[in-house]
Amino acid sequence: MTAQRSWPRTVLGLVLTGVMLFPVYWMINVSFTRQGDMRKSPPNWFPVDGTVEGYRSVLRDQLPYLGTSLLVGLGTVALTLIVAAPAAYSLAKLNPRGGRALSFVLLMAQMIPGIIMAMGFYAIYLNLGLLNSVAGLIVADSTIAVPFAVLIFTAFMAGIPDEVMHAAKVDGAGPWRTFWSVALPVSRNATVTVSLFAFLWAWSDFVYASTLDSGGAQRPITLGIYHYIGNNNQEWNAIMATAVVASIPATVLIIIAQRYVAAGVTSGAVKD
Amino acid sequence: MNQTTQTPTGLSVRGLGGSASGPPRARARRRLHSEQWAAWAFLTPVTVYLLAFFAYPLYRNLDLSLRDYTVRSFVSGGAEFIGLANHRKVLGDPAFAPALTHTVVFTLVSLAFQFAIGLALAVFFAKSFRLSAILRALFLVPWLLPLIVSASTWSWMLNSDSGVVNAALRLVGIAPVHWLTSPQWSLLSVILANVWIGIPFNLVVLYNGLQSIPAQLYEAAQIDGANGWQQFWRVTFPLLRPVSAITLLLGLVYTLKVFDLIWIMTRGGPSDSSTTLATWSYRLSFGNLLPEFGPGAAVGNLLIVMALAAGLIYIRAQKRQYQR
Repeated sequence: MTAQRSWPRTVLGLVLTGVMLFPVYWMINVSFTRQGDMRKSPPNWFPVDGTVEGYRSVLRDQLPYLGTSLLVGLGTVALTLIVAAPAAYSLAKLNPRGGRALSFVLLMAQMIPGIIMAMGFYAIYLNLGLLNSVAGLIVADSTIAVPFAVLIFTAFMAGIPDEVMHAAKVDGAGPWRTFWSVALPVSRNATVTVSLFAFLWAWSDFVYASTLDSGGAQRPITLGIYHYIGNNNQEWNAIMATAVVASIPATVLIIIAQRYVAAGVTSGAVKD
Repeated sequence: MNQTTQTPTGLSVRGLGGSASGPPRARARRRLHSEQWAAWAFLTPVTVYLLAFFAYPLYRNLDLSLRDYTVRSFVSGGAEFIGLANHRKVLGDPAFAPALTHTVVFTLVSLAFQFAIGLALAVFFAKSFRLSAILRALFLVPWLLPLIVSASTWSWMLNSDSGVVNAALRLVGIAPVHWLTSPQWSLLSVILANVWIGIPFNLVVLYNGLQSIPAQLYEAAQIDGANGWQQFWRVTFPLLRPVSAITLLLGLVYTLKVFDLIWIMTRGGPSDSSTTLATWSYRLSFGNLLPEFGPGAAVGNLLIVMALAAGLIYIRAQKRQYQR
């Protein structure tokens, strides 16, 4: 297709993308709007004589929440990788008895609505005194990612040629050594995909945060926004500025890791 | 220990017999035995994890739904076992029928629009053009944003007095609509936001499905004189069916779960007009001053049954696709 024939499609594509991303634009626009202009009719379509007052509120009120979310996200990634990678190695390469049943359980585990898990966790954490703790939230958030992570890792490791494994064995490597020095380094792409999604899901989680961690000193950013809406629902520039800041991880992901993101969306749904 | 970790998954031991059985010599059997030990050593973390963080919470949830919990007995234990009374109470509640209807409407309407728009966009992006890769990547943004961000942005856009949607309607002379604060519109509003969030997933999966249709088929159809519309209905659509089925079923599972979006935008209101089973369950357990954990968990059980039914159909459909 020549460039000349494709430019109407490009224009149409730009328009469609513009429509799709309008809410994102509007979030940014509102985050810069002055409080006095907030209820103006018609609204300011562009942030002319904008203000960074909203972002100043973010710096003032939301930094601890952001820190907690970062901690929870990283903890979730670590826990997910520790649990999922060895399991996937076994499922993909070691033919465990009952492995298929385990894969089936993992698939079904993905279907369970988070709100139901949240109720069970709430009952357990209440008895154990784990409510409002970062560790408790990390465990709960990891349940979103672990089944997905095992499936992604398994699909990836199944593609490692058996000869590679065999060569390691001939060289005297045991199963653990083969996993650690051969399978894991080769699965770098799967590790990146899993880490990205585990972090993003933990960062975005609202169900577990609002049920298990709503009262403590260390609350994640999703609750920061939620309480902002509840407490001062007049300062929408501050709310939207927080939303913009909370969207930064997703934006960074899109920019630096688009191919891993697409891989994560499609695997499990479509076979190549 | 090996034995105990195997119990929860011992269901299909026979299923793998083919690859695991060898010649009946003692040495081979011993080697096989040690390999099974290694295999299950690697599986131990995930098995313990599944038992502790999936099976146990689900058991506690089931326990909640079968007992008469009050705030005090929730903390100190000793709630009375009342069998299915919570379930009966929930099924007889006047809020049940509307919540079920809203769940079904929310799920089906969301799915239909997400899929149709996602498919149209996938077909549009299937032929690459200048900037197409970048624009396709940008379409992913709504899916990756935290739900609370999307939900609060839509809340403000749909605000009755100061929302940009009503401002735009005013420009073309349409009276403002009370999107989130009137019972007629609230369900539609949350569906609108949910469709927006779901389009990227449908686009990406269907786009990948389209890429796997061989180009020769289109060339052959063109030679036979098929126009673009006929090519879509006679080539694309039939060949995309397996992928479509899986996209829709995964979408069904995800949409049944949706809770945060509705809760943040409308809290299920006004007067329950956008309450689904998920938000109802949350409100019973966490949304009121006096929590009703038993009925909340009972609603959750209904939701699990629906989600698992959809999940089983999904797994069957996926197996069928792999076998082809």
